[in-house]
Amino acid sequence: MNTITDEEKKELRKAGVLVTSLEEIYNWGRSHSVWPLQFGLACCAIEMIAASMARFDIARFGSEVFRPSPRQADLLIVSGTVTKKMAPQVIRLWNQMPEPKYCIAMGACAISGGPFRQGYNVLKGVDRFIPVDVYIPGCPPKPEALLNGLITLQEKIKNQKISGDNAARHLRSDTSCYYPVPRFGEHDLEPPYNPDVWKCPVIKQEPNP
Amino acid sequence: MSRDKTGAKPLSLCPMENLETIQSQLSQAFSDAYITLVPNPILGAQSSLLIDPVHAVKIANYLKTTPGLQFDYCSNVTGVDWLAKDITEPIPAGSAPGTVANLKRLHEGYLEAVYHLYSMQLGHGPLVLRLRTKNRTTDTTLPSLTPVWRSAEFQEREIYDLFGITFEGHPDLRRLLMWDEYKDFPMRKDYSEPDDYEWEPTAHGAILTKAQAHQKIPTQTTEVIV
Repeated sequence: MNTITDEEKKELRKAGVLVTSLEEIYNWGRSHSVWPLQFGLACCAIEMIAASMARFDIARFGSEVFRPSPRQADLLIVSGTVTKKMAPQVIRLWNQMPEPKYCIAMGACAISGGPFRQGYNVLKGVDRFIPVDVYIPGCPPKPEALLNGLITLQEKIKNQKISGDNAARHLRSDTSCYYPVPRFGEHDLEPPYNPDVWKCPVIKQEPNP
Repeated sequence: MSRDKTGAKPLSLCPMENLETIQSQLSQAFSDAYITLVPNPILGAQSSLLIDPVHAVKIANYLKTTPGLQFDYCSNVTGVDWLAKDITEPIPAGSAPGTVANLKRLHEGYLEAVYHLYSMQLGHGPLVLRLRTKNRTTDTTLPSLTPVWRSAEFQEREIYDLFGITFEGHPDLRRLLMWDEYKDFPMRKDYSEPDDYEWEPTAHGAILTKAQAHQKIPTQTTEVIV
């Protein structure tokens, strides 16, 4: 069977005929209705609120519907410092969200612990427990940066496969949508990170030529 | 307190009684308690009173209710950790030349709770009170002053959480910031945080040493053997 090329699709669209694939229209629909969870942790949440208001207007990208329940949300914007005391609740919210779900780590604290990295009570990056799709650097990131992160996430959704070995997580049978919630230990969270999600990066140095 | 002819309270803050005066007043009222003046020689000169924990609640009530003092507002409570240290004592006067014995002794450390008191009635303050535990390890108990000043409640809980001072008589002594299962006292000077230094992208100093225990981080001066 011959597959139709992008140029032919464009020509047909000019003539009023829409030819598309299931994957394309499925991803198109999902990428333009990403509903975030109405949930903030620190000062980054103020910028997230600003992004949802009239001046920056996240509604232009289909994400204005901040849901107060994780059962109705597609996107977890980790907007702020994740303290170790708060981390189990954040992971529990993530577990309560139905697939397909995405996570944006907004700001230095959510990415790495930020200025509190060497402290005793802040998680060194939410990606130690939750798979993060988009990292937005900044302290805090401006609303434009959050919008850029959302557009980046939309691009990522549009490139997801609905079948095959590299299909999206929610369409596979070999992945779980449950992530273990750490317990409060006597000195730290137990375990301190989820080895299925986070592996320590290995520093490699190229020898000087 | 001085009032003008109309009987209205003056707007400016009244100067507080001299700290030495307050100390002697307290010493007269509580003859069996030690009340020591801790001088602060630096420019701010905010000296404080070290008071006997056994009589602390009575002294606090006295400070709150006595006319002329009326310290009705506790603005801040904080904790201090003093580690054990060697103290060199001065040679007593009149000792024979060449005396070296017992010059140094180990001064056992202690934990301290510091209360900052003001008077809203009289508009003066602050009066700084210090309470010291017997040591840092086994006897870290102090009387709670929350029954006297309600504003000390959360601050004493925070000190209990971070320094490990147990306040006897506190109405609700639980950890405030860390979780209940937590066993450490993070603001103590000998606390070592959990070792999660697996990944430190820009490590230097002590952090680099901790990170290198987890993985070999190449340094800038790596020699390349050809």
